[in-house]
This record gives sequence, C-alpha cells and structure tokens, in this order.
Amino acid sequence: MSDLESFRAETRSWLEKNAPSELRQKATDPDAIVWGGRRPTYVYPQSKRWLDVMRERGWTAPTWPKEYGGGGLSKVEAKVLAEEIFRLEMPPPLYGFGLQMIGPTLLQYGTEEQRTEHIPRIVRGEIRWCQGYSEPNAGSDLASLQTRAVRDGDHFVVNGQKVWTSYGNFSDWMFLLVRTDPDVKKQSGITFILLDLETEGVSVKPIKLISGASPFCETFFQDVRISVENVVSEINAGWTVAKALLGHERSMIGSVFGAGRRAKKRTDVLVETARRTLGEREGRIQDDVQRDRVAELLIDQACFELTVQRSHDGAKAGQKPGPESSIFKVYGTELNQRRHEAMQSMRGPSAVGWEGPGFSEEDLQQTRDWLRSRGNTIEGGTSEVQLNIIAKRVLGLPD
Amino acid sequence: MKLVLDDDQQLLAKTAAELVSRDDALKRLRRLRDEKNENGYSKEVYAKMAELGWTAIPFSTDQGGAGLGVAEMAVVLEALGRALTPEPLLSSVMLGGRSLALGRFSESSWLDGVIDGSKRVCLAYQEPGSRFDAHHVETSAEKTTNGYRITGEKVHVLDGSGADAYIVSARSSGDTAAAAGIDLFVVPTRVGGVEVAVQRRVDARNAAILRLERVELPATARLGASGEGAALLDSVIDGATAALCAEMLGSMSEAFDRTVEYMKERVQFGVPIGSFQALKHRAARVFVEIELARSAVMAAARALDAGDDRARALVSVAKAKCSEAFLLTANEAVQIHGGIGMTDEHDIGFFLKRARGAEMTFGDAAFHRQRFAALSGY
Repeated sequence: MSDLESFRAETRSWLEKNAPSELRQKATDPDAIVWGGRRPTYVYPQSKRWLDVMRERGWTAPTWPKEYGGGGLSKVEAKVLAEEIFRLEMPPPLYGFGLQMIGPTLLQYGTEEQRTEHIPRIVRGEIRWCQGYSEPNAGSDLASLQTRAVRDGDHFVVNGQKVWTSYGNFSDWMFLLVRTDPDVKKQSGITFILLDLETEGVSVKPIKLISGASPFCETFFQDVRISVENVVSEINAGWTVAKALLGHERSMIGSVFGAGRRAKKRTDVLVETARRTLGEREGRIQDDVQRDRVAELLIDQACFELTVQRSHDGAKAGQKPGPESSIFKVYGTELNQRRHEAMQSMRGPSAVGWEGPGFSEEDLQQTRDWLRSRGNTIEGGTSEVQLNIIAKRVLGLPD
Repeated sequence: MKLVLDDDQQLLAKTAAELVSRDDALKRLRRLRDEKNENGYSKEVYAKMAELGWTAIPFSTDQGGAGLGVAEMAVVLEALGRALTPEPLLSSVMLGGRSLALGRFSESSWLDGVIDGSKRVCLAYQEPGSRFDAHHVETSAEKTTNGYRITGEKVHVLDGSGADAYIVSARSSGDTAAAAGIDLFVVPTRVGGVEVAVQRRVDARNAAILRLERVELPATARLGASGEGAALLDSVIDGATAALCAEMLGSMSEAFDRTVEYMKERVQFGVPIGSFQALKHRAARVFVEIELARSAVMAAARALDAGDDRARALVSVAKAKCSEAFLLTANEAVQIHGGIGMTDEHDIGFFLKRARGAEMTFGDAAFHRQRFAALSGY
C-alpha cells in the first residue's frame, strides 16, 4: 500500500470513529457551521466535540504548518482528508475569516511573533476574526479610507469608523486598514493592523438590513491604542496586504455561489419550487414560460460550474490562473440574484410575506433571502468594479 | 472529464491556427459570395485539410480514421471558426461520415472517400415543416421487392450543393413526428429522381434543397437496422452540434477580439472609445459570456467522447449558450463599430450573419432549453 493509500485508510477509520453521528449528512446545513471565538455557540451539541477532535490534529487547517498548530499535511493528503470528510457528508469543523482570510495572510506577511500568537488560536477556533475595511466614505473606492492612526511612541492612536463589519458583534479581533500617512498617494499611506476588540475605545453596533437581519456592524474607534507590534508587514505597506487578502475574499464569495453540492441543492430547490407553485403535468413544470426560465437559469448555472471546474483543472495541470477566474464574482452573484428573482416570481402572492400568519416558514425565509441576495453584487467588490477589473486587466482597455 | 487541452490537442490547435492565419478565409468567403459560387468553398483548401488528416479525426482506426473524438474535431473547428472558414468539414465528417460510420454502411468506399476528402456526403434531414424537430419526417420510404422507393423534399441541407451523396431520413411507418418508423438511407446524387437546388443563406454558406421523386434504392442503402434511424440521427446530430458550437466559439472569440482592438484604436471626443466605462462594461459582459460558452463547449465534446450519461444535456447547454453568446457578441460588435459596422465593406457584418446562421442550425437556444428541461426531468 502506498503512503497515500495508508493515509486514506487511517483517516477513514479515524473519522468513522471520531466523526459524531449527529452531524453526518449535514455538510450543507447552515446550522452546522461553527465560528468559534471567545463566546462560541453550537446549534448541534456534537459540533463542539467535532471541533475538539479535529483541532487536536490541526485538521481545522490541514495544510498549515504543524509548528503553529496546523495539520502539516501536503496538498494531496489534505485532498484525501477532504474527500473522506465529504464521504461522511460532515460539515467543516470550523469556519470563519480567521481560517479563510487572516490566517493565510499572516502566514505570508506576519512576523514570527504574530504567527506564534495568532495562528494556533485560529486553528483551535479560540478567536473569531472580523474584517475592518470599508468605511462610510470608502466603499468601492476603498483606498480613500480615512480612519486615522497617529503614532504615539510604540503605539498608534486610532480614531474613525468602519462599516459593513461582518459579524463584528460576535468577533474578538479585527484586522483593519488605517491611514498612517495622509500626505502621499492614497494607496501608499495605508497600514494593515490587528486589533483586539476588547481594547478601550472600541464600540460595535449592528446594522439592520432590508432583509430584517443584521449580519453586519458599524465599528467606531475613539482614541484606541494599538501597539506597533500589531502592524502586519511594513507601516504604509497595508494596501499590498489588503489586496492579497481581497483575492481570498473574492474567490471565497464566488465559490460560495458556484459549484458542488450547494449548487446541486439550489438546482433542486428551484425545480421543486417551480413544480410546487406552478403545478406539474407528468413531472413537467406546467407553466411553459417559467419552465423556460428555469432551464435558462440551470443552463447558466451549469456553464458557471463548468467554468469553475475548467479553472481548477487548468490549475491542476500546472497552468497559470486564466482570465476565466475573473468572472466568478460578478457572474456567481448575479446568477444567485436571478435565481431568487425567478423563485419570487413563481411564488406569486406568497412572495410578499414578511411575518405572522398566512405564510409558510419557507415563504418567509425566501422573501428575506431574496432581499439579502441584492447585496451579493455590492459586497466584496461591486459588479461594476469587477467589470472594470476585467476591462482593464483582461481586455487591456485604456483608462 | 478534464476541461483542459492535452498536449496533442494543443499541438492540433496550433497547426489549425497556423493554417487559418496563412489562409484568408474571410476574403474567400466574400469572393465566393459575390460571384454566387454554388459550392461556396475552395476545393483546394478542403483537399489541404484532408491532407492534414482533419477529415479522418473522429473515425476509428479500423475504419481508416485517426481514432480521435469530438474534442479534437472541436479544436480544429474552433480555429476554422475564427476566420469563418466555409469548407465543408463539419457537414461531410460530422454529419455524412459519422452517419455512415455509426450506421455501419456496407459500401466502405463512401466512408473511405469522406475520410480521404475525395467525396462529400451530406445529411438531408430537415423538411419544410420540421423546424428543429429531426423526428418530423414526411418523406416516405415505401418498401419495394428489392428495396425502397423514396419520395419527399429536404431543405437546409448543409453544404448540399455539389455533394456526392446524401444521407436521407425517410419514414416507412408511423405519424409525422414519431421517432418510430424513421430510417436513414444513402442516396448517391447520380441516381434517378434526385434533384438539387441551391439555397442562398444570409451567412453565404452552402445549402441546398433536395427533391426526391420516386427514387429507387436497394435494400442495402439503409443505414443500421430497420427502425434505428431516429436514434442514429440523434447521435449524429448531437456530435455535429457540439462541433458546431466549437466553430461558433471560434467565431465569437474573433468577433470579440476585433471589437476590443477597435475600441483601443477608434478615437472620438479626443480619446479611444475603449476608455468609456459604458463600453468597457459591455465588453466585459461579452467576455464573461464567451468564457462560459468555452467551458460548455469543452464539456459537451468530452462528455460525448466518454459516453457520459449527461452528454445530451451538455450538448443542449452548449448550443443554448453558444447561440446566445454568439448573437450577443455579434450584435455588440456591430454596435461598437458604429456606422462602419453596418457597411458590407467591413468584415464584422459577416460575423453577425454567421451568428444567425449558426443559431438556426441544429436548434436555437429556446429549442435547446426545452430539450434540456425534458432531459433533466422537469
């Protein structure tokens, strides 16, 4: 047996023994997502045990170095682990911006002290991170951010405001961009810094969205003191770090709307909604206009998934990322919006439910999901910014 | 199924691109159109393609072919599509030749001729009343003592002018649109009762009307077993559809590249028009659609070659996407070129005309959405 085969065999039997039965087949269940942090919550009690056993092996971050608590697995081993987890349809043991965004960034740009302090706590899910980028006057034009950091000895004193902080009210630490030099080109005076949200002078306030939910916050800083040791990379070099990290975010958002089992589930939901709301004749959606619309959406969904696959296959074959990867964010998010539009249209009058009697739980959720989907083409770089990027970087069109 | 070109396919793409760049096919297409040439292509160029082995690509080595598949044919046709090359590779190989091969036709000289490029065999399946339904067959196949007697009319026969033989769908029983009762027959052009009339298309491609008046055929003229006709037709058209999608992909890519170049060169209000955000966003959206189309084309070809269960559905995905993406690209190309794009003198109009011609071949986007829905079980 090759090393990889024995790794698979060991992993399989270990998972069989340690993966809690309650969580099997819950790979895509939103309630099975564990964010960790100082105040962790678990919808399913066994999620805690799943996190415990996995983090002991560093398998919450399988490819990160062992010295920082990661799994130390090679890429192929990590793929085997992912396949074995997939086989049991287990949810990931831990999720969040620590694993997805700041962790990789610190491994790339952080000092030894920063890695030793933060990476193990990310792997163990002890600290939940949030991102402080956007400001009220710096949205698509992120580099114009104004939150000011003034040097005072071995500290920066920070004043200003961030907005659209995802889950800021549940988070423990923030990575943020601050203005450290207002007198140079806007991209050249930005510093990337880490902040414990329990520091004095920080306040966090949830924002209520059109969907009624509050997944985002405003974060205010009043004379907040941050040690210069928390600067990632150099002072005034934050834009480079930020761009690297935004790359992670965009591919994450694109892929969320993209391929795999989630997409399959979305396909089923669309077709089932059509059958249930419009009726069927021998299994066929009865309304020909809506049937055509479903087919159009699912054809586009298929093309999108195949493009994600093409990009992955190209990478595996050793090709550089092709221009196709630039389309993921803009197309994936718009596709999701079109899907919600179609489902609202199929529901007819039931689509207007907000709360209370007369509407099913599913109808009420759909209304809110539709409203939430409108944000997809705004967050993480608007569609317009994405199209500008394609025009400039891929097509080489002039400014 | 891997959505990448392997080394051999990359080499094939390079060879095809080189031939296309040496040969100004668009100029030829324009000249053939203007002189109302009945064949609409150059026999010399087609012979060159046969010499390169392209006419042998999808046939097994037992049959004298190259033992490759739709994926390789797609690579070549994408390159040809770049220059709107009018040579009848798709019709003779993917329609005529593959009908003969899949139907295990007994007279091997016909398939040999297709493979070495010396003969052209076309598929005559569409009728005035059939629109995109290949199973709508009114042409009758009446049993005789020695074989069959065929009577009917076929239209939109691709590259049908100047062909050596036709594969004709005809019905020996059943209702007009029923799959059962259809057979395919090999009808040489020279037999009695066959009349060919040229059709003039907007895209200047060769097409013909085929009239069959009591054409007497031997029993051996039938392809495959009796009653196999509809399934055979479906397989052949699916392969040709995937191949056509690759050609469309090449054509839309070229129309788009030309338009982006024009946006960089054309100056209005003192700046290149490509600096206007209104145009940048439109160009970026076209780019997105072409990238999606490329993935669909690669997947459909590979699924057919692998005998994948999803192959038919993926062919519909590709044709629906390519039909719309090509039209979008061509419409935007003309719009962005402005007034010059409306002139016959400028080449960009040829891409718009081809977009329409290709859309209406083997089913448009709406037809394939319907088919995709049916194949997906809703």
